[in-house]
Amino acid sequence: MATPFGTLYSPDISPDPQTGIGAWTPDEFYKMMHTGRTRSGALLYPAMPFAAYTRVTRADADAIFAYLKSVPPVRQKNREQDLRFPYNNRNLLLGWRTLYFKEGEFQPDPSKSSEFNRGAYLVEGLGHCSMCHTAINALGGSSKSETFQGGLIPAQEWYAPSLTSNREAGLGDWSIKDISDLLQAGVSARGAVYGPMAEVVYNSLQYLSDSDIRAMAVYLKALPSTGETAAPNEVQTQDKLRLSPLGKKIYAAQCAVCHGANGEGKGWDFPPLAANQSIQMASSVNPIRMVLNGGYPPGTMRNPRPYGMPPFAQQLSDEEVAAVVTYIRTAWDNHGTAITAEDVNALRSAPLN
Amino acid sequence: MSKIDCRHGGFLGALRYAAVLVAITMLPIVAGRLHAQSQSSVTASDSTATRVMACTACHGERGQGSGDDYFPRLAGKPAGYLYNQLVAFRDGQRKYPPMNYLLAYLPDTYLQEMADYFATQQAPFPALPKPTVGPQVLAQGKKLVLQGDDARHIPACVACHGASLTGMSPDMPGLLGLHSKYISAQLGASRYGTRTSSKPNCMQQLTMQLSEADITAVSAYLSSLPAPANPAPAPAGSLKLALTCEGARTK
Repeated sequence: MATPFGTLYSPDISPDPQTGIGAWTPDEFYKMMHTGRTRSGALLYPAMPFAAYTRVTRADADAIFAYLKSVPPVRQKNREQDLRFPYNNRNLLLGWRTLYFKEGEFQPDPSKSSEFNRGAYLVEGLGHCSMCHTAINALGGSSKSETFQGGLIPAQEWYAPSLTSNREAGLGDWSIKDISDLLQAGVSARGAVYGPMAEVVYNSLQYLSDSDIRAMAVYLKALPSTGETAAPNEVQTQDKLRLSPLGKKIYAAQCAVCHGANGEGKGWDFPPLAANQSIQMASSVNPIRMVLNGGYPPGTMRNPRPYGMPPFAQQLSDEEVAAVVTYIRTAWDNHGTAITAEDVNALRSAPLN
Repeated sequence: MSKIDCRHGGFLGALRYAAVLVAITMLPIVAGRLHAQSQSSVTASDSTATRVMACTACHGERGQGSGDDYFPRLAGKPAGYLYNQLVAFRDGQRKYPPMNYLLAYLPDTYLQEMADYFATQQAPFPALPKPTVGPQVLAQGKKLVLQGDDARHIPACVACHGASLTGMSPDMPGLLGLHSKYISAQLGASRYGTRTSSKPNCMQQLTMQLSEADITAVSAYLSSLPAPANPAPAPAGSLKLALTCEGARTK
């Protein structure tokens, strides 16, 4: 796992007795999940989302352990971590833990519905959503006060939008059905998942029960809204005036056939661009990357044959991508800001896998 | 749950009825105003052609290939071959980041549908740029393609890919209509092990015998050939293969 602090090598968790967890007891597994310490007591690096997994119940930890014990064992020597100074000193993690780790199982809020609490448990615990959807700071921590406020995912160069701002992926004005569709099918009438979130849906969320998906939707929708996007500055306004005419032309030639003349989209199949928060966010990373790289939403049980978006990196110049992205961010009452050719160029080399 | 008493008649009942009617009529209007421009109830055409628009932007509307050296022709290649390549791109045995990324989260059944779609496309062969190599290099390419080189245990291309080089169903690709740079890159990738197939990887056994000059010659000659009279791959089992490739992934 590449991280801003160096390369982390994930250890063997197959049931091999020597290199894996074959000799562990359920108690030891739960203790590791709950305390963020290795079996021998060393401090785990927080690439392992123990700050979220500490909230997992004993019964769920036991179930995960039982499953891991059932897969075929693999004997694979675990590699030493390759982290830069000073991050290679595990003792520094004590400081990190003081700031960002609070040990303890999930406690339901008795003033909320059981559905809300189930959703909170899944999002905050097993789902470890805040690992991406909260900005990671220089210490590699997710600040509690900024939980779910969004952040650029290190080393992947995708922006995980805020789950609390209605200007980003805040779901306050989404219907429960649309949120559930997005999480379980990977597509919805309001937008589709892409980038790292496509992997989350493909490998995990599509298999959740309808009631668990709905519980997550109820909880996410209820997160308090925070933060508003700043108004465009003078330079952005000038850029918009300069780039929009070219952007409009490119949009009509390349995009409108699927996304509609007014960005209205086609139901689940081609997401709407008008009023699509993902396009107007303060960070323009995701819309730029979608235009450069295209993408298919994940093929899920509910949507096994998704429609796809072609890449345009080979066809459009930096200036042209900047123009069309500026156009979709500002047309149809969208309130995004203009972007520049430099913004586009910086993402041409973003990793694709 | 609150109980609703439906036995009210007269004015009260009419009022309630009217209120419900107004509420129902207004619902779509309110919803329509909220998302007037943001949503559409129109869905896309259910066809595979619409679903593979992400592919055809580079590979051509019917998979005929494009002027770009590295966006190969897909039309008419055997479905098993195309399926194996899609799986290899998805799972990383074949490496080209834009393709690996596009296919990363697509299930087998859908990749099979895409493969079947392009296998059945009948698109005209594009005019390819004339090879820039000399006649001696072309002659060397022709010899390897048609006869191989016994002394070096290199079978002829035609031995497996068919006398007309249009491949054989279900797994053996046709070699015509491809840019020489593309063919050369694939032979090179096979030789260096960055384009692999399931073991035994017989194509790699062969490409490891090829020199760079051989690859240049074979690629130039193949790209210089005219479109085949009949572009269809040879029927399954109709060729006795020079190398046996058990382990091909086709179901």
